[in-house]
Amino acid sequence: MKIGLKILPRKEVLDSQGRTVQNSLNENGFRVSHCTIGKYIVLDVDAQNINEAREKIQKMAEFILYNPLIETYEIENQTYG
Amino acid sequence: MKKVGIVRFLGTNCDKDVALAVESVGGHAQYLWYQDQFDVKEYEAIVLPGGFSYGDYLRTGALAAIAPIMKSVWEANQKGIPILGICNGFQILCEAKMLPGVLMRNQKQRFIDELEELQIESTKSVWISNYQSKQKIKIPIAHGEGRYYAEEDDLKALQDQDLIVATYLDNPNGSVYDIAGIMNTQKNIVALMPHPERAMSDWMGSQDGRGFFQWL
Repeated sequence: MKIGLKILPRKEVLDSQGRTVQNSLNENGFRVSHCTIGKYIVLDVDAQNINEAREKIQKMAEFILYNPLIETYEIENQTYG
Repeated sequence: MKKVGIVRFLGTNCDKDVALAVESVGGHAQYLWYQDQFDVKEYEAIVLPGGFSYGDYLRTGALAAIAPIMKSVWEANQKGIPILGICNGFQILCEAKMLPGVLMRNQKQRFIDELEELQIESTKSVWISNYQSKQKIKIPIAHGEGRYYAEEDDLKALQDQDLIVATYLDNPNGSVYDIAGIMNTQKNIVALMPHPERAMSDWMGSQDGRGFFQWL
């Protein structure tokens, strides 16, 4: 079962990559008041149902995939693709 | 002659420089492979050198932090064996939660490679026992992700317990409190973004890095 995991920088932490993209867009005539850049990870896991899959992915997220100091994560509520 | 284990991950690229630095002060350097584990009793010091372990995938140092050899590094830490993390080694020790905080992308996004002036803040670890507090030294940096960040509580603990090893005089990357390096509460682990092994003699532009290795 394929489920997506969204990882974004925490609001209180300066996302220098997002800030740079925001500045470049604004310099090119677009109007962006904020830009955040994160990661999207799709994991294919063995599971009977979506809850079981999400639980497994939560364990992986907390083991290594996100760093709570600087990031937040969100596991999708539906299968990917 | 002290035996120093130098950990090699795929993508480590400062291992030989560190070995030369260790040998130049009379130590005995031995490489350790990331997929192995080692007998911690055999080593008097461990170094995690700089580089780009695992191609910096996921987050710098994150995948190296869960590599097999880190079990031994963890054990060495439990036994109080001195451990030095340089650049990517600093990032790995933070991701392994052996040090507080994390190294983020430089504030100005760019990879910075230059000789940097530092001030030694605390000399309470064996790794920096050859310097004086407030001494100014020149050591090169070379990193894209060296902006030290930690939560308020951790920063307060670093300050209150005198665990900040060195600060930048001219903060190049946006690190909080100009932090260039820190140590753990046990004081056996020191880690910093600048490369002391690249400042070992005058022809390198500075020999101010020698102090980190002299005790070996």
